[in-house]
Amino acid sequence: MARAALPGRLTWRAATLVGERRETPSARTLVLDVPDWPGHLAGQHVDVRLTAPDGYSAQRSYSIASAWDDKTVELTIQRVEDGEVSPYLIDDLQVGDQLELRGPVGGWFVWREKQTAPVLLLAGGSGVVPLMAMIRARGTAKGKQPFRLIYSVRTPEDACYAQELSRRVRDEPGLDVHFVYTRVSPRKRIDVATINSYGWPADFTPDCYVCGPTTFVEAAADILVALGHDPKRIRTERFGGTS
Amino acid sequence: MGIISRGFGGRRRESVPGLPPGQYLTHDFPVLSAGPTPRIPLDRWSFTVATETGEKKKWNWQEFTALESEDVTVDIHCVTKWSKLGTTWRGVALDTLLADVETAADYTMVHSFGGYTTNVPMEDLLDGKAWIAYKFDGEDLEPEHGGPARMLIPHLYFWKSAKWVNGLTLMNDDEPGFWEAAGYHMYGDPWLEQRYQGD
Repeated sequence: MARAALPGRLTWRAATLVGERRETPSARTLVLDVPDWPGHLAGQHVDVRLTAPDGYSAQRSYSIASAWDDKTVELTIQRVEDGEVSPYLIDDLQVGDQLELRGPVGGWFVWREKQTAPVLLLAGGSGVVPLMAMIRARGTAKGKQPFRLIYSVRTPEDACYAQELSRRVRDEPGLDVHFVYTRVSPRKRIDVATINSYGWPADFTPDCYVCGPTTFVEAAADILVALGHDPKRIRTERFGGTS
Repeated sequence: MGIISRGFGGRRRESVPGLPPGQYLTHDFPVLSAGPTPRIPLDRWSFTVATETGEKKKWNWQEFTALESEDVTVDIHCVTKWSKLGTTWRGVALDTLLADVETAADYTMVHSFGGYTTNVPMEDLLDGKAWIAYKFDGEDLEPEHGGPARMLIPHLYFWKSAKWVNGLTLMNDDEPGFWEAAGYHMYGDPWLEQRYQGD
């Protein structure tokens, strides 16, 4: 496995909510102003810390959804029904409110503009978030690398960034997106045929990024290996359910 | 820093003894790894200890599972914030594997099938603090959880408990492993919240 970059010390910073978007009935994007943010790579995540008036605090990790634009950091939060942090971030956090944040974290599950290989992104549910950051980073850099996203999600209503994705597919040559709906008839799961049809052949030696719940990641990564992709080119990130 | 979130905390989990700072309790067994899950046939499995002088000692699966093993019940803490309490494992203590190895090394690098590495000080492997586990909850260890065999070092964050282990290199000097080179802490004590470099 390749070595990753060596970042400096991570300090907690005060982030202010300056904007927000409702992505789906259960997901909200937070647009955060983070003073002195050092920038980030597509695919990295942050830790968020919330503190209650009585001093109780809780931390969670969230993937960054945005490409670094010298201005803001965007997180897309998926609601975990019995969670203690995600419902607060979705229902209660108001524009102007602050929270503590540190990062960016992670030097492995990242895509850099200087990578020239074709890219295959496999998203399961809210696992699309760090992959969207990669698509956005390619767009910002006007990258020519061929990108394909296969996005497995329950229904069209549950798909984050749907309008932006179709706009980017229209405007950014070399980007393709294929949806797999798991709760719309005929119910589909990501399978060999789907990845064979809508991914890249192993001969193209694409860089593969797989993110989603464990069952999705295990299935998708196994299929990639079975189709002949080099395990060393398959990077995975699993969502254990960040509540 | 003193940022207070009004209205936050209403859904907090009950406080649980045994939970390090910043962690929350889970009853599932989440999976975290950097790539696809390798499937290692038992007849191709081996574990090699290489000392700082280059001497090697190697066990195949039969030899390894014939060593004295122990049943342990421990709490595990993942750097991604989940903790799982009272997990039960069966494995071979590193004390047993290193008993006849001549070494003065202070540090070790754990190696895995697939290329993963993680660094652990020698003293954290000895005196009943670490095992190579091959059963979880009474069952053979599933590949996605590190089977056939994984490191189990419960007093450190769980990324130190490398999955799919195949060897241990003994070193005079500390060196970063895979996540450590990517900004994670060199030691990883959950009670001191040593998540990232500089913590």
